[in-house]
Amino acid sequence: MLIRPKAGILDPQGEAVQASLATLGFSVTSARVGRLVDLEVAAENVEAARAEVERMCAELLANPLIESFEIIAEAP
Amino acid sequence: MNEARPRIAVITFPGSNDDGDARLALEHLGAEAVPVWHAANELPEDVGGVVLPGGFSYGDYLRCGALARLAPVMGSVRAFAADGGPVLGICNGFQILCEAGLLPGVLRANRQLEFLCADAAVTVESDATPFTSACVPGEELVIPIKHGEGNWASDDRLYADVVTRGQVVLRYTEDVNGSRDRVAGIASEDGNVLGLMPHPEHAVDPLLGPTGGAPLLQGLIAAARERVTDYALGGP
Repeated sequence: MLIRPKAGILDPQGEAVQASLATLGFSVTSARVGRLVDLEVAAENVEAARAEVERMCAELLANPLIESFEIIAEAP
Repeated sequence: MNEARPRIAVITFPGSNDDGDARLALEHLGAEAVPVWHAANELPEDVGGVVLPGGFSYGDYLRCGALARLAPVMGSVRAFAADGGPVLGICNGFQILCEAGLLPGVLRANRQLEFLCADAAVTVESDATPFTSACVPGEELVIPIKHGEGNWASDDRLYADVVTRGQVVLRYTEDVNGSRDRVAGIASEDGNVLGLMPHPEHAVDPLLGPTGGAPLLQGLIAAARERVTDYALGGP
């Protein structure tokens, strides 16, 4: 799952990365820094796993005040 | 019950590092500090107050305070707060209280992405909490800050509610970390839970610098004393 700073939320880390890339001569118009959490979940199927991970996000992995999340689920 | 020296629990999480100073400051100001390990299932029965100290609980993994809120002792802290008991969260303790949903909002990385370590001036915005009951609104206190993630944030709606209910208790006199409207400390709706980024436990002895932390801790001690006396009289 990918956890990102919500749209509209100031991301100082992303700004610092953008400024550093500019120092190296790269032209970047926006940088946002989030987190990736890799999970292996034992579940009946991909949809059940996705539902389970959604609950994990809501209860712990993301803070809905400042973060949005995206779940990419696939069978092994 | 010892009315003169109320017992106040200071919780130690793995990675707490201001628990010792918190205990020293409370003892210095006339309380009996009781160390409580995070894995405890219950708070000691006779404590009249709780402090969640500063530090880096669980290495700040995931988000500051996100894992500490799940510590076994937190259920008991939650119940103590719901019962009106005074709970003070300092720095990482503030972050834990926000993640636990006991206080509104969230602490994010300082806007300048630097760890700040300096004396900071804060204004008392509300005297409607036990911690600030001896202060006068508008009063300025100087208390050290030392944090990388003290930038308090909330969305517009939540912030409007927090302001309307008078939950902003302390504001920096100037913008230090990007915190919304210079918020330095927030209380629960009932006022018995306070979280703040400045460290009152480092500001109680004139030999070591400013003493702006003393009134806040004295407020906690007075509230704890009252609660313990209520116990002794057979309940509030």
